[in-house]
Amino acid sequence: MTTIDPTPRTYPFSAPDRLRLDPFYAELRKQEPVSRVRLPYGETAWLATRYSDVRTVFADPRFSRAESAERDEPRARPTQQRTGILTMDPPEHTRLRKLVAKAFTARRVEQLRPRAQRIADDLVGRMRRKGAPLDLVEEFALPLPITVICELLGVPYEDRDDFRVWSDAFLSTSKLSEQQVEDYVAQMRAYMAELVEQRRARPEDDLLSGLIQARDEQDKLSETELLDLAVGLLVAGHETTATQIPNFVYVLLTHPAELEWLRNSPERVPEAVEELMRFVPLGVNAAFPRYALEDVELGGVLIRAGEPVLASLASANRDEEVFERPEELNLARGSNAHIGFGHGPHHCLGAQLARMELQVALGTLLGEFADLRLGVAEQDVSWKTGMLVRGPRRLPVAWGAD
Amino acid sequence: MSWRVEVDGATCIGSGMCSAIAEGYFELVDGVSQPVRTEVEPTDDVVDAAESCPVEAVIVRDADSGRKLAPEH
Repeated sequence: MTTIDPTPRTYPFSAPDRLRLDPFYAELRKQEPVSRVRLPYGETAWLATRYSDVRTVFADPRFSRAESAERDEPRARPTQQRTGILTMDPPEHTRLRKLVAKAFTARRVEQLRPRAQRIADDLVGRMRRKGAPLDLVEEFALPLPITVICELLGVPYEDRDDFRVWSDAFLSTSKLSEQQVEDYVAQMRAYMAELVEQRRARPEDDLLSGLIQARDEQDKLSETELLDLAVGLLVAGHETTATQIPNFVYVLLTHPAELEWLRNSPERVPEAVEELMRFVPLGVNAAFPRYALEDVELGGVLIRAGEPVLASLASANRDEEVFERPEELNLARGSNAHIGFGHGPHHCLGAQLARMELQVALGTLLGEFADLRLGVAEQDVSWKTGMLVRGPRRLPVAWGAD
Repeated sequence: MSWRVEVDGATCIGSGMCSAIAEGYFELVDGVSQPVRTEVEPTDDVVDAAESCPVEAVIVRDADSGRKLAPEH
């Protein structure tokens, strides 16, 4: 058994610093792979940092997400989400997830690639016309995934300025006040409820209409579940990819040798996307704790029934037992068993969609701008704060002669 | 032409996605999925099940050639 420091450490261990993962995770993986931590809100928790333990926490049915809804979940934000697909276990979770899973399979997503490519081509065309420097977040990273998820789900793209603001409420730790979070969540739900009524009256060929049909004709889900699911798809369907596109571009522009390699091997963009998924710690800290339903031994410690465990994806993706020279970005790494999309029943539903969009985004940007570069000094890039995810607030880029 | 359906019992976490998506093709036995029949007529449902498995434990092959049909990744 490992010796555990009985005093929980304050977690996250440090304020987020760009895309740098706190080196303390590496120390924990070596010295104390499952340790005690205290988050800004909720109960004291265990934190798993090794790849194998993290996978166990996410996949082993003895660890429950549903239980968190009954408890004061360890978390980085004042509000706690107690409903929705992320606070459910199989088989309840499976009942909801299967209603949308078919829309996100690799095959279905491949059919969307030509449309995503046209959107990306239009966006870089507009960037050329506007001229450098400009903000990649606003001009490319946001509109690409928002357009795709709007068309897939059946949400009017014209409403994006509204739901973009409300979306932050689902990812804010301290950016928004508790009141703002409450207001924006309520506005998002009211917006979606209205959209559901419109589709109910006039169904279209989109996922929202499909969910309404599953509710009304087959009684597969409740009205609350329908709303939670639709809101979840809209938020998760764009925020994460819209943040990862500038993250990936930032990493490439600050790793010139790797960028050069990718420019010379554009057919290896899919492989590069996997390595970037491993390398970029999107989440500021481990989130969505699982509760042990019985006593479980994990990484040499005994987790008692009823205790919450957080598992760090970012740390797992840097585990030296699994990845050679894990701290290095190596786009040609080849076989890459990263868990950047999570693992187990809650493994990112939109992983294939995100992969496709990220591949299209990188391929298009590198193909269009042979000399893409940061439009400001690296230290002047401004980063999001008070959010669950890391990413540039704005990413000024330039190309051609200044 | 027929397909062969396999579930890697060591990888399976018993999420039940396959039996939910392809009803009648998979069953959970002691928390682990098993194909009801290993050889099946081609149907989209089993491909969707293989592509929706959160740990990619479900594999669909061409029964004659053994070529993997799903999942793609």
